[in-house]
Amino acid sequence: MVKYGQDAVGRGVNGETFLQSKASGDRLELAAGGAWVARHAAAIEREIDARAAEAGAARAVRIDISAIERLDTFGAWLIERLTRTFRAQGIEPSLAGQSENYRALLAEMQGVNLDEATPRALPNPLRRGLIAIGKTIDTVIESFLSNASMIGAITATTGRVLLNPSRMRFTAMVHHLDNVGWRAVPIILLITFLIGCIIAQQGIFHFRKFGADVYVVDMVGILVLREIGVLIVAIMVAGRSGSAYTAELGSMKMREEVDALRTMGFDPVEVLVMPRIVALLIGVPILTFIGSMAALYGGGLVCWLYGGIDPDIFLSRLKESITIDHFKVGMIKAPFMALIIGVVACVQGFAVKGSAESLGMQTTASVVESIFLVIVLDGLFAIFFASIGM
Amino acid sequence: MAANGATNGKGREVVIEARGVTVGFGDYNVLNQLDLDVYRGEILGFVGGSGSGKSVLLRTIIGLLPLREGTIKVFGIDTRAASGAELRSIERRWGVLFQHGALFSSLTVRENIQFPIREYLHLPEKMLDELVVTKLEMVGLKADVRDKFPSELSGGMTKRVALARALAIDPEIVFLDEPTSGLDPIGAGEFDNLIGTLQRTLGLTVFMVTHDLDSLHTVCDRIAVLADGKVITAGTMDQMLASEHPWLKSYFRGKRSRASAPTLRTS
Repeated sequence: MVKYGQDAVGRGVNGETFLQSKASGDRLELAAGGAWVARHAAAIEREIDARAAEAGAARAVRIDISAIERLDTFGAWLIERLTRTFRAQGIEPSLAGQSENYRALLAEMQGVNLDEATPRALPNPLRRGLIAIGKTIDTVIESFLSNASMIGAITATTGRVLLNPSRMRFTAMVHHLDNVGWRAVPIILLITFLIGCIIAQQGIFHFRKFGADVYVVDMVGILVLREIGVLIVAIMVAGRSGSAYTAELGSMKMREEVDALRTMGFDPVEVLVMPRIVALLIGVPILTFIGSMAALYGGGLVCWLYGGIDPDIFLSRLKESITIDHFKVGMIKAPFMALIIGVVACVQGFAVKGSAESLGMQTTASVVESIFLVIVLDGLFAIFFASIGM
Repeated sequence: MAANGATNGKGREVVIEARGVTVGFGDYNVLNQLDLDVYRGEILGFVGGSGSGKSVLLRTIIGLLPLREGTIKVFGIDTRAASGAELRSIERRWGVLFQHGALFSSLTVRENIQFPIREYLHLPEKMLDELVVTKLEMVGLKADVRDKFPSELSGGMTKRVALARALAIDPEIVFLDEPTSGLDPIGAGEFDNLIGTLQRTLGLTVFMVTHDLDSLHTVCDRIAVLADGKVITAGTMDQMLASEHPWLKSYFRGKRSRASAPTLRTS
């Protein structure tokens, strides 16, 4: 490894001194040696700082670098920094023993890093807190506005598509319907079935204490048809398909595919957003229906096996306790949930910027925001239906 | 391992030695019994038709693609037989500039360049910041790009930052995958000069996959030509121009080559 200067320096890598100083009167002689490379940069820097501090009364400084065995940009920069330190003290150091190999590298270093580094100033904690709050409020307003503008764009596009139905991208819509609807059926069936079972089991367990077992049927029926069926489906779809929409649109945005569409005269809302939203508008109500039925089935099964309520009794009790209104309330909510999930997912997808991190952030935001809005909307619907007596 | 200065001349040290390299996908071998030597301190331009496997060879040398047959020795160590620790020590000694930069999109320019330095060396924050500026200015950028994100950089700046990152820990070999593609002729010329300067100052060995005839003319010491999965010839530009091989003739002396318009070039 060592070709030059082994004899002149004669020191091993361990315990090596990289910079020796010898003061004579007001002259300071510095002798650099060893491998001035990245690996030793931290040690060299410490020695440089120590020697520079010792300089004190010196009037003239001579740095002899002839014994340096190896030099890379790290070492060259440290030599340059040493010279600059002395220069800042008003001493012009002379650099002796530059070998031909290193001359160009050392010359290169003289031209770099001339601007004083400006330390990154952090605002004080109070201001930082206020900035964070302001930014959050800004984000909330921004996301509200972009959701509103997406709903507007979708409405306008719907109008155009209705006037000219051939503009509807049917194939794309069917493809998305397959992904968000058909392929979601097994998992939706399983989850809603289990939820139905759990509600029934808990109901029986607690209602039995005051002999009201049979009211479990009322509870399961109303809860599932009005709330649980549609909520579970909406949350599942937001996590499953909303995130996929955001990631798809986001990576298309990152690779400039969205811009490419626009320049070819296509409207991204018409080509990318419409088929996805329509697929959700069709898929979510169907999934809600399937999910509600699976939950009722699960509830009935638990009532029979665990609560001893025969299926006949369960069914007749169910007929008495629920009206078509309960079913309608659940089904009416489904397309609105679908719209919210679709709009939020698409808005977040188009909000993705250049980085991989931003794709991840927007996908997270898409799922969190759509689940949040789904639950808020559910609450608003509850108030609405209560006031119209449904 | 020699000292940092270039040791060209007689008995040149071979830093990359590929013997009987076969790499393929499915039933098809892209590289077939390929042999190649890269000497310390040289700039090797690697050319070949589109899809001839130039990038495949580069990716194979740096260990991203598996070998079907053959050996690749870097610094005399067989990379496929090397232990994990040996491999890591080799990886510290090379830098790679990917075709599209491959900057980490969620890190700033500063963090991108500091990433390998932080990983391998323990340096104080101040020195890290100084090094970032040093590296950036060496590749011809201003210090104020350091807090930008890769998505905010132009194509040429991305390449330069990627080169700065490839050079971050002062490697002995740099692999460049089409470094000048997508740059305007002035930018490409500057980039060539930059590579030449860095090679002289740092004593780098440069392995450059390129289609840029100007790069081949101005900075490459030697050119290797890939066709039919083999290196069909390797030598200086003059040897390429003198060759009567039909592919070489059309590549180096075709309408788009500078050699076809020598008067323009000298005037």
